[in-house]
Amino acid sequence: MSAVLSGGFSAYLYRDLLLAYRCRSDLARPLIFFLVVSTLVPLGVAPEPARLAALAPGIIWIMALLASLLSIESLFSSDFQDGSLEQMLIAPNLLAMPILGKVTAHWLVIGLPLALISPLIGIMFSLPAVAMVPMVLSLALGTAVLSFIGAVGAALTLPLRKGGVLLALLVMPLYMPVLIFGSATIQSAVDGLAWSGSLAILGAFLAIAMALCPLAIAAALRLSS
Amino acid sequence: MSAKNILTVENIAFERNDNLLFHPVDLALSRGEALHIEGSNGSGKTTLFRLLTGVLQPSCGSVYFRGKPIEQCRYDYLSELLFIGHQSAVKGMLSAQENLKWMSPPATSAEELACALSSVGLEGYTHIPCHNLSAGQHRRVALARLITSKASLWYLDEPFAALDKQGIALIESCMQAHIEQGGAILFSSHQDLAKTAVRKYSIVGYQEAF
Repeated sequence: MSAVLSGGFSAYLYRDLLLAYRCRSDLARPLIFFLVVSTLVPLGVAPEPARLAALAPGIIWIMALLASLLSIESLFSSDFQDGSLEQMLIAPNLLAMPILGKVTAHWLVIGLPLALISPLIGIMFSLPAVAMVPMVLSLALGTAVLSFIGAVGAALTLPLRKGGVLLALLVMPLYMPVLIFGSATIQSAVDGLAWSGSLAILGAFLAIAMALCPLAIAAALRLSS
Repeated sequence: MSAKNILTVENIAFERNDNLLFHPVDLALSRGEALHIEGSNGSGKTTLFRLLTGVLQPSCGSVYFRGKPIEQCRYDYLSELLFIGHQSAVKGMLSAQENLKWMSPPATSAEELACALSSVGLEGYTHIPCHNLSAGQHRRVALARLITSKASLWYLDEPFAALDKQGIALIESCMQAHIEQGGAILFSSHQDLAKTAVRKYSIVGYQEAF
């Protein structure tokens, strides 16, 4: 029975990480987007440290959200086109496990690097040093939730050739709570308040998403193919 | 529907946009037997395979594996099943060996993988990214699964497409060996097997009837 449950997770995690490593330029795109667009904000708004610091929590989180959304669309599409999705659907094991592997791989190559380079943007926005740790932690937890939610949307819009806009419409409302509690974590730290509460809520979101989203994605993939 | 048949298909049909795609299909397959599915382009051969693997749900009819409906023995059925579709599931960015490793049972060793690849004529190509290989070589990577797989029931959708004469002979001998070991094969193709005599089943698309 354990084979039924565990089968596929590590195989798909390993395969997707290997594929990501082979297509490093695709991998860098969301990160470059995150960095470049964040650089534009001080140029467009005003380079005053006080104003930028006030904007920083929201801006950094919105950029992270868009970077994650940009990359999630292709999560299943290449597998769909080359027939490996079909092989995934007819594997005897629980479909949720390979999906969990794929989403984890997406977080490891997009969300985690994003969280790790965010202090760079933080410095650019003259974010106080006390907010750096909560920012990295909130982004690390939050982008994992974004990957799970986005994957549901990606699975639902899979058969549509140009599903990008519809995908954004579908998942944006679900991204909102993550955005609110993610930026609230940073804001609380900036204001010198306790930030562990909002971070804990992000953790709770992740726990729910991890348990429920793979099932929703599995159902959506069965419908889409 | 007797239990000695490894696969029984009863009156299966599929509806797309309110039209039936093909005339209802009835077929049976026992151990040590191959069945050749014939039909013109667009008659629904690929759809039939997708129905049999459970990727699509039939509009009516049912599929039985060893006498049980496949919904009731999904794990047993799918563990015994090897399906190589029209799209070969070969990733261009991975090498032949990595592709085969990912598609083979987890316990397959590196030697077995190399051996399987060389027996489909890919020695010397095992570590090259597959997007550098030709269409026929792509197909050979996918078909190397016939050697590494432990499944007893094979579904092969157009296994000979893009293969050269030696490739076709090679796959045919693989199929022959599988039948002799008591396996069962359901395959679609536009050409007849050279050596092996097999039963044929014609699938008739609804568009052709009118």
